[in-house]
Amino acid sequence: MLSRVADSLYWMSRYLERAEHTTRLLDVNLNLMLDESPISAERRWQRVLQALGKPKNVEWTGEPYALTQALTFDTENKASILSCIIAARENSRHVREQISTEQWHRLNSLYLQVTRPEIQSQTQSEALVQGMTQPSEFLQSVMEAVHQFQGVTDSTMNHGEGWQFIQVGRYIERACATALLLQAYHVDLWGHSERIVDGNEYLDWMGLLRSATAFEAYCKVYTADLTPDQIFEFLLLDEEFPHSIRFSIDSLQCALEKIQGDSGKARAETLRRLSGRLQSSLNYSSVDEILNQDVLGYLGNIQAQCRAIHETIYELYVDYSIQAALAG
Amino acid sequence: MHPTQSSQFEHASLKNYLLDHAYDEMFTGLGDLHRHCEPLLEHFSALPSEELQRRKQAADLSFLNQGITFTVYGREEGTEKIFPYDLIPRIITASEWATVEHGLTQRITALNLFLKDIYNEGRILDDGIVPREVVYSCKHYRRQMMGLQVPRNVYIAVCGTDLIRLENGEFVVLEDNLRVPSGVSYMLTNRRVMKRIFPQLFRSYNVRPIEQYTQLLLGTLRSLAPEGRPEPNIVLLSPGVFNSAYFEHAYLARQMGIELVEGRDLVTHDNVVYMRTTIGLRRVDVIYRRVDDDFIDPLAFRGDSILGVAGLFNAYRAGNVTLANAFGTGVADDKALYAYVPEIIKYYLSEEPVLKNVETYLLTRPKERQHVLQNLDKLVVKAVGESGGYGMLIGPQSTKAQQEEFARKIEADPRNYIAQPTISFSRAPCLIGDELQPRHVDLRPYVLYGDKVTIVPGGLTRVALNQGSLVVNSSQGGGSKDTWVLSQ
Repeated sequence: MLSRVADSLYWMSRYLERAEHTTRLLDVNLNLMLDESPISAERRWQRVLQALGKPKNVEWTGEPYALTQALTFDTENKASILSCIIAARENSRHVREQISTEQWHRLNSLYLQVTRPEIQSQTQSEALVQGMTQPSEFLQSVMEAVHQFQGVTDSTMNHGEGWQFIQVGRYIERACATALLLQAYHVDLWGHSERIVDGNEYLDWMGLLRSATAFEAYCKVYTADLTPDQIFEFLLLDEEFPHSIRFSIDSLQCALEKIQGDSGKARAETLRRLSGRLQSSLNYSSVDEILNQDVLGYLGNIQAQCRAIHETIYELYVDYSIQAALAG
Repeated sequence: MHPTQSSQFEHASLKNYLLDHAYDEMFTGLGDLHRHCEPLLEHFSALPSEELQRRKQAADLSFLNQGITFTVYGREEGTEKIFPYDLIPRIITASEWATVEHGLTQRITALNLFLKDIYNEGRILDDGIVPREVVYSCKHYRRQMMGLQVPRNVYIAVCGTDLIRLENGEFVVLEDNLRVPSGVSYMLTNRRVMKRIFPQLFRSYNVRPIEQYTQLLLGTLRSLAPEGRPEPNIVLLSPGVFNSAYFEHAYLARQMGIELVEGRDLVTHDNVVYMRTTIGLRRVDVIYRRVDDDFIDPLAFRGDSILGVAGLFNAYRAGNVTLANAFGTGVADDKALYAYVPEIIKYYLSEEPVLKNVETYLLTRPKERQHVLQNLDKLVVKAVGESGGYGMLIGPQSTKAQQEEFARKIEADPRNYIAQPTISFSRAPCLIGDELQPRHVDLRPYVLYGDKVTIVPGGLTRVALNQGSLVVNSSQGGGSKDTWVLSQ
């Protein structure tokens, strides 16, 4: 597979995962906001920004709908949902002949849906700015479209190298996003649980789980008793939940191994070491150990390892030196 | 255009259908139509207007969702547009097609022989059939190609020749596109949409299939592989996603199952071309290039090009990679050289040309130039090296200021322009709003030349959708329609 194609598939997938994550965070928090006192609103939205990696040019101004607006439609903000969908579609356009027609149709339709001016003006209408309406219908439709795209991808595309790069992009993005989400909530939930004073901690914990689509899955494992340590364990270490960090890294490792199988193991030694080390550390950790250490540092370290894996993928498959390739 | 004979048809959807002296693809006269068009008109007349609109919208939506778009240069917004599609097919009979096929085969054969000759012995120049200065002053002439052996002597593997119909219904050649002709993906997708939107109508005609085009193209490219490369790695080289024909590049690559590459995907080493893949470098044997000569190798041609591959020309010269089409084919589609093509056919094949040329004035000849300058309001002037409808003056539709501008340009550089009479080429009914109106159409069949000459029956019929307009290029607001060649 062409290096450029692998690169585009990887980013197409990352951008869509990012769009889905941002969409869900907004949807969940706009919903929970209605049940809450205005005092906690500030902390909630700061936390959303934190969980999105503090996007540039986006500030909390005290107005949730304005923030939603910026995170959804502002193309100045490269992490906005619209920017991500445009970028994903652009990447897929570069590799149209590599993805299935069904994939292209689904993604292109999503793109047309979110960029069509009338949609924006409807959602951006003054009613929205004044907080009269919820943009949740729009956010729901975006999430559904991304889910459909993933389904179509799995059922219409060869599960060959290209598909594996799509998996790599999705799971590396998801692992980072979940790590960031836990970091953002950690300060409030584990670091200073006394800060939750209005007795609404249940809503906050539920919000965290829902932000990772984990509420129902968590209840199946631990019942509806939400306890911070179990939530942390679930989102970090659960083996079977698709948004947990462990599951994401397992899937990432699996896709990387398939790709290495195609490209030769010797070349990929560094990458194998990096991803394998992260995978084992998650597989053999206990939640008590982790909670007894510097949790923020621990989560930051997972992100750093993901970045290192990303860079190594680049050196190995995309941006390698020609001299080395000819010599090899 | 002023209709010389105008009249109203009975049917409501035809009330504004005016016939004039131009050949009409459906009607032979008031109320009379070509026999092969009867079922077609009957079918369309029977459809209620709302139903027609519904199908039109279904077709448009299908194009939009599939992203079958082209890029319009020089506009900031909405640069991706769907190529307007007309629902009424254009029908060509079996015998008309036989003539076209014969003529095009003859033409591409002669033009290939011509290219081989001028880049080698130059017999035709010695014999004074084509003046040396016309060839050597052409901006697409490539000195680097002199004496070079081209695999199987195929210079032009893919050609799109534009045909128009004169008032008497005869097909003539308007121009040849021998560099990187585009539009074939629209021909293929038009057919696919047509079959979906009007299955019954389609079934009632014996239309010859065109689906095999991509396979034939692949076979043609494979036949050009360098010696000793029995399983050649064939790629399609595109300038990238910002090129107006990117949709087509991706479409063809996918249909042929070959890699779509850009310049940055390729590297050359020791005169061998490689592509950069996730498992390292892989050798490339045949390049179906959709990048112009000028941009293809910054070392050999334009140094400022970022679309090309440094060292590609040397690899080509060493015989390690084949390019389709070859470098320097543009000399044969120069519009000044076009005037000599009938002579070229006679010279190499000792045959009379089956398809005539449009009368062409060469502005380097003082007498013809004088005539043209005095009649700018009646003639069409074209820059010789341009395509896509750019650099044109259509006399009868131009202003005095435009004519003066062209007069200045012609006097400054007569070699760079040609002039032709304004031909009112044939018109075909198109669905405009909810009625049928005649619009000018041309036809671009796609000719493949490898082991043998193959032409899929039909081609891209382009439509000048603006009333009275004679410009069919997509970049100038033209559209297209499905083209049916009947098997009997």
